[in-house]
Amino acid sequence: MMALDDTDRALLRALSRDAAQSAGALGRRLGLSQPATWRRIRRLEQAGVIRGRQLRLDAEKLGFGVTVFLGVKLALRGRVSLEDFERAVTAIPEVQTVEHVLGLYDYRLRVVARDLPDFERVLRRRIMTLPGAGEVEANVLLSEERLAGPL
Amino acid sequence: MLDAEDRRLLRYWQAEPSLTVAELAGLAGTTPARAARRIARLREAGVVRGIGAVIDWAKLGYAVEVSLRVTLDKMQVTAFDDFLARAREVPEVVELQTFLGRVDVRLSIIARDMAHYQHIYRSRILSLPHIAEIEALMHVARIKNSEGLPL
Repeated sequence: MMALDDTDRALLRALSRDAAQSAGALGRRLGLSQPATWRRIRRLEQAGVIRGRQLRLDAEKLGFGVTVFLGVKLALRGRVSLEDFERAVTAIPEVQTVEHVLGLYDYRLRVVARDLPDFERVLRRRIMTLPGAGEVEANVLLSEERLAGPL
Repeated sequence: MLDAEDRRLLRYWQAEPSLTVAELAGLAGTTPARAARRIARLREAGVVRGIGAVIDWAKLGYAVEVSLRVTLDKMQVTAFDDFLARAREVPEVVELQTFLGRVDVRLSIIARDMAHYQHIYRSRILSLPHIAEIEALMHVARIKNSEGLPL
């Protein structure tokens, strides 16, 4: 586990908002030299604290008007192979995230679709036919916020 | 509207957000000048919102992640706004989503360990306003996390 100081925290907050800004510009805001900023970012990356970078796209402007979260329970009849389910669900392009969870459901999926009829097609043809898929609960996303977290 | 070349650029860019414009242009089979113009246009139109760093909370000692699915008492007109405003104040809440479906709101919460989670749940979550029902899903593993769009 990596220990952070206040400057690291400020750096992480700034980078999670905008990771495209230069080390020079970031450093000026935080009162660091460009090489010092660069070294800190590199250290955070090497420790895996910064897992990667994500291009943030406006799904709606790209024609994906619907995002649905699905809770999926695996059917208990027969022997269900988690690997088979995971491999098949991961291969569906409309499925953005797959999380294995404990509780009411076994998996949580985030699915994008062009509209509701398109979502229905994905649900019927691709999700319901997954090996081992049992009960499915759908909740349509209305709004979403990402917060800075405990930094 | 987007054409095939825009989509091609976005497809490569979202798969590898740290690529330079020249590298992107090479992959998408266009010239750097054309790619730069298109990217500028996509940013201006708000299709590309930016690039953000993704933080791995486990590397910072937050080993527990819980998804809380909340149903609100909707007899109160301001239930959503009150709840969301107070939930934003909890530092360990990293995601907030609202839904159309059986679940009204979902919170993603991170904690150092189960004792810490229990503490946050009792002291910060149960005191949030207008809660009718809470269900918890404990995060076990992330199988797929592209959040990429099927362009």
